[in-house]
Amino acid sequence: MLSNMNMPRLAQMQTVTLIPGDGIGPEISSAVVKIFQAANAPVSWEERNVTAIKGPGGRWMIPPDAKESMDRSKIGLKGPLKTPIAAGHPSMNLLLRKTFDLYANVRPCISIEGYKTPYTDVDLVTIRENTEGEYSGIEHQIVDGVVQSIKLITENASRRIAEYAFEYARNNQRSSVTAVHKANIMRMSDGLFLRKCREVAESYKDIKFTEMYLDTVCLNMVQDPTQFDVLVMPNLYGDILSDLCAGLIGGLGVTPSGNIGANGVAIFESVHGTAPDIAGLDLANPTALLLSGVMMLRHMGLHDHAHKIQKACFDTIREKKVLTKDLGGNSKCSEFTADICRRVQDLD
Amino acid sequence: MAAHGAVLSLCRFIKPFGGGRLGNTVKVFGTTLTSHRNKSGLNPPPAKYGGRHTVTLIPGDGIGPELLNHVREVFRFSCVPVDFEVVHVNSALETDDDMNNAITAIRRNGVALKGNIETKHTLPASVKSRNNVLRTSLDLYANVMHCQSLPGVQTRHKNIDIMIIRENTEGEYSSLEHESVSGVVESLKIITRNNSLRIAEYAFQLARDKGRRRVTAVHKANIMKLGDGLFLQCCKEVASGYPDITFDSMIVDNTTMQLVSKPQQFDVMVMPNLYGNVVSNVCAGLVGGPGLVPGANYGRDYAVFETATRNTGKSIAGRNIANPTALLLASCMMLDHLELNDHATSIRNAVLTTMNETRLHTADIGGQGTTLEVVQSIMRIIQSKGQLTSEF
Repeated sequence: MLSNMNMPRLAQMQTVTLIPGDGIGPEISSAVVKIFQAANAPVSWEERNVTAIKGPGGRWMIPPDAKESMDRSKIGLKGPLKTPIAAGHPSMNLLLRKTFDLYANVRPCISIEGYKTPYTDVDLVTIRENTEGEYSGIEHQIVDGVVQSIKLITENASRRIAEYAFEYARNNQRSSVTAVHKANIMRMSDGLFLRKCREVAESYKDIKFTEMYLDTVCLNMVQDPTQFDVLVMPNLYGDILSDLCAGLIGGLGVTPSGNIGANGVAIFESVHGTAPDIAGLDLANPTALLLSGVMMLRHMGLHDHAHKIQKACFDTIREKKVLTKDLGGNSKCSEFTADICRRVQDLD
Repeated sequence: MAAHGAVLSLCRFIKPFGGGRLGNTVKVFGTTLTSHRNKSGLNPPPAKYGGRHTVTLIPGDGIGPELLNHVREVFRFSCVPVDFEVVHVNSALETDDDMNNAITAIRRNGVALKGNIETKHTLPASVKSRNNVLRTSLDLYANVMHCQSLPGVQTRHKNIDIMIIRENTEGEYSSLEHESVSGVVESLKIITRNNSLRIAEYAFQLARDKGRRRVTAVHKANIMKLGDGLFLQCCKEVASGYPDITFDSMIVDNTTMQLVSKPQQFDVMVMPNLYGNVVSNVCAGLVGGPGLVPGANYGRDYAVFETATRNTGKSIAGRNIANPTALLLASCMMLDHLELNDHATSIRNAVLTTMNETRLHTADIGGQGTTLEVVQSIMRIIQSKGQLTSEF
């Protein structure tokens, strides 16, 4: 498809590994590439496929050329991946996470003006520890009819995610970080997580640190989400809360997401499904992937381009003239994309 | 190998339970010997001392004591034949004596009304949450919460009517944790077939009793395949015995997303402990906040009533601004349980009239009334309905 886009540039071209994904993945990826081109973003795309293959030794892994590309470029943009039920290999997202040690999942949730939900003025970021906790996958049947699942909390992972959260807050001019936990019930595990957060908070006196029970956060979030800024939490709470917050702004079709890895690797992705029923019909909504791309540009330091593309996207949605079906309109993906491209060029 | 290690880790942490906590050991290995019940409620204890019931009252911390005083005031005013046996639990102490007294009192009386007991983080991790200890010791396996939109309260979503049934004794709240290596903590989530069948049975029976059409199981079985997989399977088995009720399931993160966009789609929901915590707080927030929704914890032999979201409300304690609605409605649920339905209806109607018609609201729902004003309004309405009351 689009292997190496060469564009006239003023800034240094940066390589990004593009993983279109399955279902509607390819069409929304090409939409994003078109919009980036219209914005003259200095990005050169390397397209790769990450469908799992069996490596030497029988272990499932991602194709070596994909890994090599990502290790080199350090930045990836990924569309939705399908996990077949009886494929024999673990979930693709899990495989990527393990391959690149993607320890932090970051979801900024900002209300989109023009896409009305009962909640306005939402502006918060959920930062979820992504490697351990309840999702360690360690389960046993003790005796017939009794199952135990193990939740693992380690000092290192907790410290790492806390440090990332405070760094993120500092780099993005956020004023407070809230640790979400259930240390009243899980005294030792969430207690450890909380202790690490408190310790890291000592080194970031410019950022306000608070702690709140998971249930209190849920209770307050649906009543007044404006009171929250950056939230940091272990895996399961993060999963639930990040989806809750996505629901506040309009769902997974408009929510960006980024995964930060240990060696400087960062993969930005759309978190919705592959939507096989509308794949190839030019009906998909590329907003989630586009906003993830915007997050990626910010991560790369290309704030001007990020701002331009985000503004064009929000303006198109606010005008309501060429919305895709899930946003309440009747237009095609290509029309929606063309409108954003036009706006981006006008903004220049 | 791993299973062996797991059994060892479990055994290591059953031992300290010892003596009087044999019930817990038996529970953890899933051989709770409860027989199949075909009624969602249970038989209330016999009235004692000439038609007057005795109910254990645990004031707890934060706003608990002041609100429970108001409940007693309303009961006294309405001549409700209930005497309260007050048991204090000091959350700052490390010893279990207070809790043991409270649990004994509840075993004696069969019914309790409680405020939330704070879990102080300054105490060592071996001191478990007192509220949790109470629930597991008395085997209060079903937490029931009914979230309904109230006409007098301004909320973003309307027409919500959801019943949430939450497994109350196991799951993530098993309090089985250990530090296997320095810096690595394991916390065990236990799901048993017996308890899952029991809670599913409770949910379907309650749905049938209340004429509800649909039960949704909330889970995360795509990730926790064995644990939540077992729970889901048990729900499906029970569902097959209730062909008149539709059964479906939903993953917990999707559930929260659906709740904040279209909560009207849910009818009855059943789930394990932690998801229950999240979902019940989300629903309470959707209908107006923690001050409005009552909760009940039912076991085979005991019942304990409290607010649904179990907050201590430390920051608003002692300021006469807390909302008494949730605890008053919980006390009405208790009166229904004791089969004092007339009193329950009278107080409940007065509370709802104050909320919906008089619109006397406390600060948490956007009003300016004080707790005392709301309570006095409720008592005035009870009096005006002509029932026997004592002096104001």
